[in-house]
Amino acid sequence: MSSIPMIRQSAGAGAARNAERRLNRPGGPGRKPGAGRGGAVRRPGVLTYGTLTAVVLASLFPLYWSFLVGSHDSTALSRGIPLLPGGNFLANAAKVFDSIPFWKAMGNSLLVSSVTAASVVVFSTLAGFAFAKLRFRGNKALLVFVIATMAVPTQLGVVPLFIVMAKLGWTGSLWAVIIPGLVTAFGVFWMTQYLRDALPDELIEAVRMDGASMIQAFWYVGFPAARPAAAMLALFTFVATWTNFFWPFIVLDPSNPTLPVALQLLQAAHFVDYSVVLAGAVLATVPLLLLFIAAGRQLVSGIMQGAVKG
Amino acid sequence: MAVTDRVRLQGPTGGSTDDGGRSVRRLAFSQRLSRWDVKVSPYLYISPFFLLFSLTGLFPLVYTGWVSLHNWNLIGGQGKFIGFDNFAFVLGQPYFWNAVGNTVSIFLLSSVPQVVLALLIAAVLDANLRARTFWRMGVLVPFVVAPVAVGLIFNNLFADQFGLVNNVLQAVGLDPVRWHSDQLASHLAIATMVNFRWLGYNALIFLAAMQAIPRDVYEAATIDGAGRLRQFLSVTVPMLRPTVIFVAITSTIGGLQIFDEPRVFDQSGLGGADRQWQTLTMYIWELGWGQRNFGRASAVAWLLFLMIVLIALTNFLLTRRIANQGDRS
Repeated sequence: MSSIPMIRQSAGAGAARNAERRLNRPGGPGRKPGAGRGGAVRRPGVLTYGTLTAVVLASLFPLYWSFLVGSHDSTALSRGIPLLPGGNFLANAAKVFDSIPFWKAMGNSLLVSSVTAASVVVFSTLAGFAFAKLRFRGNKALLVFVIATMAVPTQLGVVPLFIVMAKLGWTGSLWAVIIPGLVTAFGVFWMTQYLRDALPDELIEAVRMDGASMIQAFWYVGFPAARPAAAMLALFTFVATWTNFFWPFIVLDPSNPTLPVALQLLQAAHFVDYSVVLAGAVLATVPLLLLFIAAGRQLVSGIMQGAVKG
Repeated sequence: MAVTDRVRLQGPTGGSTDDGGRSVRRLAFSQRLSRWDVKVSPYLYISPFFLLFSLTGLFPLVYTGWVSLHNWNLIGGQGKFIGFDNFAFVLGQPYFWNAVGNTVSIFLLSSVPQVVLALLIAAVLDANLRARTFWRMGVLVPFVVAPVAVGLIFNNLFADQFGLVNNVLQAVGLDPVRWHSDQLASHLAIATMVNFRWLGYNALIFLAAMQAIPRDVYEAATIDGAGRLRQFLSVTVPMLRPTVIFVAITSTIGGLQIFDEPRVFDQSGLGGADRQWQTLTMYIWELGWGQRNFGRASAVAWLLFLMIVLIALTNFLLTRRIANQGDRS
């Protein structure tokens, strides 16, 4: 803190306040101990909050808009743009349920996303535990291989993957969507990074001394240590699988779709009736919005942690 | 030294013979078991990833190359080997080059403003805010909306006749834009969808990197008389170099594969009446599942992959260069 008086002399009080604000800001990893909330913490002004409000409103507006359109009928919409929601949402929703297998798609999405998330978490944690904490021949080379595969686009393998699925007789079944999602290179990388810091070697040593086998060491020490990162990985995988379109669109039957595939069908069936299509978009988004309200805080901190480490 | 080594040397089954032959013999079995456990377990734990990945990731990757060298029909299956004919055919197609142009155009229109805007939003979020979590969650909401839903919603907002955007344009005295027939306009509309979904996400990544910048660097800048804007340009941005590279590369990989949003921008899914916004992935889909020609679809997939590698590399070098110049100034 010794630089503060110096600034006061050389650069004027404004700059000093600025520097003080930097120093006193809570939260940043660069924060100095003892420089917490005491002293003159300058709060940001109207401009900052105004900008943020505008950004958040812009983020929410398209969702509000689709609810707005989805709650009117299409003839009312062609006459002018409404400002408030109408009373037609349930009627539009009924049309959605009539024209596409909506509930089936919702069930499929829920099943596919949950199974994928669970499997990615289990396999990634196991592999991450091995890569981060166990020594074995080829450890480094194999990890580099895992990371390298993260850069390969899925599109490259779509045609052969389809051929494989067709040979196995799985096209049209949910297996075709679930199996390729069971493991991800990102998941392995993420858990390796996390466990490297979060799990002290001594802890594993201790349980090994007590006679625990490797899998017991993983179960009693490794998995509990991985829990926060595992929760975030599950959240990410769930969202990514739920919103995935290209591969399910190719491999699934229209009669047995996931939600995004069903939405696309809805558009094909009602391409002029926006109110029905957007009611469907709202209905398909609600489950993830609920998840976001429940776990958005974790999602945010997960993204920020991943960024610093990645 | 890794844990397993230390355990091997010092553990209860570590093979010490001081306490007499009897205990050695009693320990022998569990010792061998434990050795085996230590040796085999790591491979056991990583094997699910490698097994599943080779089946669903690695094998298709290699197989694409094989398919691209053959006549290969969706229904009929493998035909005769034709070498690079599929590549030659595809490279001679105007639709292919149209798709290349569209993909690059949409990619640039989305990724460049996205990085700039995300940096600015991150800078605003980096202030000493009240209710920080609320604001961070607020900008992240679009991330949980499926790209198909985003596509449908913006398809309506950008509707040529009764769309909100055109209504606003007309209200301020401008001509309505033909979002679904004009090429550049359609690219702008699609880029807007991409930006909508990813801005908050990338802003949070930048925010995390900003908070990792040591505060004394800013102190020093303040002493040197740098204002807030100057600090942002000369301290924050250069210090974020690795993150900018990371975001640029991930958005390249994602951006060049774009399919969902342009696919639902009209109902036929070929990218407009004159394929004004048909992207490379849409072209792969058209070749493979529309025309049932897997050989040609695979050839395009390989060309797309080469393009991604090329652009990611350029991106990497360019970003490094720009950031280096920032360092020097």
